[in-house]
Amino acid sequence: MSGLLLIILNSLRNRRASVALSVAAIAISVVLFIGVLYVRDQAKHGFMQTVSGTDLIVGARSGPVNLLLYTVFRIGDATNNIAWQSYRDIADSPEVAWSIPLSLGDSHRGYRVLGTNLDYFRYLRYGDHQPLVFAAGGPFADLYDAVIGSDVAEALHYRLGQSIVLAHGAGNVSFVQHADKPFRVVGILKRTGTPVDRTVHVSLEAIEAIHVDWQSGLPRPGQTVSAEQARHRDLSPRLITGFLVGMKSKIGTFQMQRWINEYPDEPLLAILPGVALAQLWQVLGGMETVLQVIAGFVVVAGMLGLLITLLSTLNERRREMAVLRSVGAGPRHVFFLFVIEAMLIAASACAIAVLVLYGALWLIRPALLSATGITLTLEPLSTTESLLLGAVVMLSGVLGLIPAALAYRQSLHDGLTVRV
Amino acid sequence: MTTISTEEAIVLRDVEFRWSQAAAPVLDIAELSIGGGEHAFLLGPSGSGKSTLLNLLAGISRPTRGEVRLLGQPVSQWRGSRRDQFRVDHIGLIFQQFNLLPYLTVLQNTLLPCRFSARRRRRAAADGDAHESAQRLLRGLGLAENLWHRRITALSVGQQQRVAAARALIGQPELIIADEPTSALDADSRDAFIRLLFEHARQSTIVFVSHDRSLAPLFRRTLPMSAFNQAVRP
Repeated sequence: MSGLLLIILNSLRNRRASVALSVAAIAISVVLFIGVLYVRDQAKHGFMQTVSGTDLIVGARSGPVNLLLYTVFRIGDATNNIAWQSYRDIADSPEVAWSIPLSLGDSHRGYRVLGTNLDYFRYLRYGDHQPLVFAAGGPFADLYDAVIGSDVAEALHYRLGQSIVLAHGAGNVSFVQHADKPFRVVGILKRTGTPVDRTVHVSLEAIEAIHVDWQSGLPRPGQTVSAEQARHRDLSPRLITGFLVGMKSKIGTFQMQRWINEYPDEPLLAILPGVALAQLWQVLGGMETVLQVIAGFVVVAGMLGLLITLLSTLNERRREMAVLRSVGAGPRHVFFLFVIEAMLIAASACAIAVLVLYGALWLIRPALLSATGITLTLEPLSTTESLLLGAVVMLSGVLGLIPAALAYRQSLHDGLTVRV
Repeated sequence: MTTISTEEAIVLRDVEFRWSQAAAPVLDIAELSIGGGEHAFLLGPSGSGKSTLLNLLAGISRPTRGEVRLLGQPVSQWRGSRRDQFRVDHIGLIFQQFNLLPYLTVLQNTLLPCRFSARRRRRAAADGDAHESAQRLLRGLGLAENLWHRRITALSVGQQQRVAAARALIGQPELIIADEPTSALDADSRDAFIRLLFEHARQSTIVFVSHDRSLAPLFRRTLPMSAFNQAVRP
């Protein structure tokens, strides 16, 4: 068959223009298909690392995905708050290494405001256990200091010293503002690729201060407390939305989770972030499937392009078949010729696709990180992706059987004398 | 193993060939025999069934009735793959339009049958190796060494015809079938080509097909199609 391989290679070279178009069509479709899978894997990896090093997330009893959404992704609202005392009770347990209280409910120009304490900057980890790093300034020191994420700073063109006003509620447009108690940006965090980038951070005391003259979500009429007056009030937090827990030993995590879930003073829910993230990713799986189906159709279109190329050259290849038949090529040779030719085209396309994919990823990596915060790491193709490439090559071989059968039938009809 | 007889190279008995759904046959031959080593000239106008007969002789087609024996073998009774193998092992074909692969070099085209037939490869390598045998043939047919690695498309018509002859002759097949191979050549080149063919195919049986009556004197035996194909008789 080595002789036939020489013929195939020379024949392909002789039709290099149409072959190149076929290779390009399949390569583009394979780039899209593998690219979707690759970026999906990378996005999933990034998603699963939105929060790392946290052993438990605790909030009022609701669903695990809901708790994850509002505490980690700042999406939606808590069904209820939890008492500060309950938080302290759990946080002071000897098994707990650290904890970060979270208080949500306000916003600034569509970005969620998070009330927390300095442990947030000390203990919160994302990605591969990476800590938060300040691009400028530092953590809040004064009551009306704010630390903003990189997306907030970039989108709103904020710098250190910028004065900002928080709004009550989480809507993009709020008519109820805490305009009497403006904040000053004292820190801008470096990009993390997580919801931290889209968050305005203030102290828990600041959350108390802006609500000191509020009741049931509205200002108390005739009882205005100025920013300076608020400083002298008792600003100890009474309610928070949730908190993150880091355990001294991982072994105690499940025991702690059970204790919190059976907490006698109020109904609480403790979830394992990894499990909840996986559940949430499953919810998002529908979109993933749609993307894969679209990419799959692109590959099918590419393969049909290959089939069209092979079929369209059949007429001009009648003489070639007649020559090969005259020198003894039988059906298996004709079939081998078309099948191997199709597989060679597909294999070349796959190889080019992989090179293009890595080249493109390498080129768009900085822009993607800057625009979306998604960090793409150039890793070898996964087993699934490699198997898919193999499947594309095998499928093209199967498709090659169609022109092979037609060519053989044509050669039987043509005999030895082809006049084309 | 196939036992080859060179006494009777071609024997056709009671052969009929008709295309499916065709009312009349294209070939209707009661008896035709060509002896081993004979140089036969098959003469006939267009539509006299020459190409169909060549397809039967080359084992590409099978008769709808009757028997075709080549080199003593009942080729018409065999399955396609066995006929394919027999063709490349024992038959060299030369075509009117040469039918060379344009993307192969002169040498690669010449060696093409050796790629499909171990027998032809062995016989071509009897005095060295197949490449040397191909080079000897090309040299003998007047194709200079500087042409051997050129693409076929870079050659003149006459040169291409000689490459086609070299491809048919490589590995000394017992039977050479030439289908109007000189129709594109002028008279001098035509005669020179036929002489070269005879010189290099001394051991082989040659069936030379043409509608050009002026070639008949060059052959020992002339077989007009109308003499044995009852399907074209008025």
